[in-house]
Amino acid sequence: MAEAAKMRRERIDRGIKARSDTIFALSSYRDMLYLILPRFLPIALLLCLPLFLGSSYWGKVVFYACIFALLALSWDFMASVGLISLGQALFFGVGSYVSGGFNFYYKWPIFLTIPLATFGGALICTLLLVPVLRLRGVYFSMVTLILPLLFDHLIETLEILGGTHGLLSLSPFPNHWMAVYIALIAVVGILFGFRKLITEDFGLVLRGIREDDRVVMAGGINIYWYKAQAIFIASAVGCFAGALMTHYYQFVGRSAFALDNTILPLTGAVLGGPGSFAGSVIGTFILVPLSEALRALGGLRMALYGIILIGALAILPEGIFHYMERKYHQFERDVRI
Amino acid sequence: MQEEVVLKVENLTKRFGGVIAVDNVNFSLKKGEFLGIIGPNGSGKTTLINLITGFVKPTSGKVVFNETDITGKPPYQIACLGVSRSFQMVRAFHKLPAFKNLIVPLYSPRVKKLGGGKYGERDDVAIDLLDDLGFERDSAVPYKAAGSLPHGYLKRLDLARCMALRPNLLILDELFSGMAMSEVAATLPMIEKFNREGLTIVMAEHRLKELFRVANRVIVLNFGQKIADGTPKEAMAHEEVQKAYLGTEVEG
Repeated sequence: MAEAAKMRRERIDRGIKARSDTIFALSSYRDMLYLILPRFLPIALLLCLPLFLGSSYWGKVVFYACIFALLALSWDFMASVGLISLGQALFFGVGSYVSGGFNFYYKWPIFLTIPLATFGGALICTLLLVPVLRLRGVYFSMVTLILPLLFDHLIETLEILGGTHGLLSLSPFPNHWMAVYIALIAVVGILFGFRKLITEDFGLVLRGIREDDRVVMAGGINIYWYKAQAIFIASAVGCFAGALMTHYYQFVGRSAFALDNTILPLTGAVLGGPGSFAGSVIGTFILVPLSEALRALGGLRMALYGIILIGALAILPEGIFHYMERKYHQFERDVRI
Repeated sequence: MQEEVVLKVENLTKRFGGVIAVDNVNFSLKKGEFLGIIGPNGSGKTTLINLITGFVKPTSGKVVFNETDITGKPPYQIACLGVSRSFQMVRAFHKLPAFKNLIVPLYSPRVKKLGGGKYGERDDVAIDLLDDLGFERDSAVPYKAAGSLPHGYLKRLDLARCMALRPNLLILDELFSGMAMSEVAATLPMIEKFNREGLTIVMAEHRLKELFRVANRVIVLNFGQKIADGTPKEAMAHEEVQKAYLGTEVEG
């Protein structure tokens, strides 16, 4: 009886977390496991996933999930500056057409067209959005929604870049493995890159712009220049995803600018938990396979997909990642006093 | 002895539709002066500050800071020249820890050029600044999310943000509004100290008693017009000022 009174429940976090979030005091292997496992395990699983699935149908789904994860990361990065984009399809499409175009017309190899599409495409997207940097909220979103439609119609009516037929028989990746690992490593790299960047001083300025741009201006910082940089970074990621997809499909068509390429990453990011970047990856890695699995249902697919999405957002409005993170910090253990 | 003009406002006017918020205001400010701007609610104090700091573009008139014409320049350029302002309504990055709020001005081109706040040092500089303004560095206060701090702290956080920019001219827009007496009493000497060290300060304020303790010159605004300019005593003795504050006598 007296024994029982000497036990107390304590959060595991307690001993580990010092006031600063960069200093850790580890007292045991269990503490170390508590810290490392949730961070290391998902990444390890993610990187091993293609090994189990090979180049089967589900192996391809991993690649698609990566592409949409990249787009979701790009969306989340813009959202962390307060720029709510409805135009991930713009980045995706521009990236697709830049790499596809140079490959088709000039026969440039993919290891030139992909970097070119990433940075050249990002430059094009940024220049397109610079005139509307002053717009805030829904006005900015509307412009980003319209731009991909504009490209879609330009290509259709002017019959440029292959018109409605698209550009066919582009160079493929040497093999499936290379494609899927480039995509996976990019997802992991950009995920951690973004998480690091947003806590740096540069990232703090970006988050400041999201919270109150007048205070940032009063602090002597040109918010338009920082917004432009953020758009360049986000669109480079989106264009990179587009370029990868183009060469994977060996085809680029007007569908690159389709609304799906906006909606799916956005819902993935929101479902996973916006603002965390990890949520974007988790969300898309749930949604993409889910929408593939529902393919068998034919017409009902989109309806069921919608219901699942609404249900998930109603139950977990904060997003999966934020929920898991909260629970993680609430882990308890018994300690002897 | 110090005759250097820091700020010169010439015929500054701002109309919002039919309303004239600031009406042909003129004044100049010498280095080291402590100027109070007073006036009833809606008399144009905040608009005047917004015009000087670039947050609102003037309808006509001119603002010259250290011999540079800053009329209609964007706020961040004016801030980088060394004009730092606080906000009447509390504006802070509520989700960030208090000291991280100061990273934004410390990251500005101005502070970088002045050689302060290199990478990795900015956190320390921010903590130092907050410590000077009564956020004890050893307490948890500077590390708490700004949104969880009491109003008085947020006001001082805003002051710290202004000082982080290493200003030549500090413009405070009703810093004391909503502060408890004890907080005002604690903050007043800090501002006085900045002024003694040579910083030119403009302070729009409703709490006249506290303002008159520190300001050596006062401008009174009413319906956007400057109705008095002088030492606090001179300004308050002015007939129009008394009318603006107390109203006119009703006959009969």
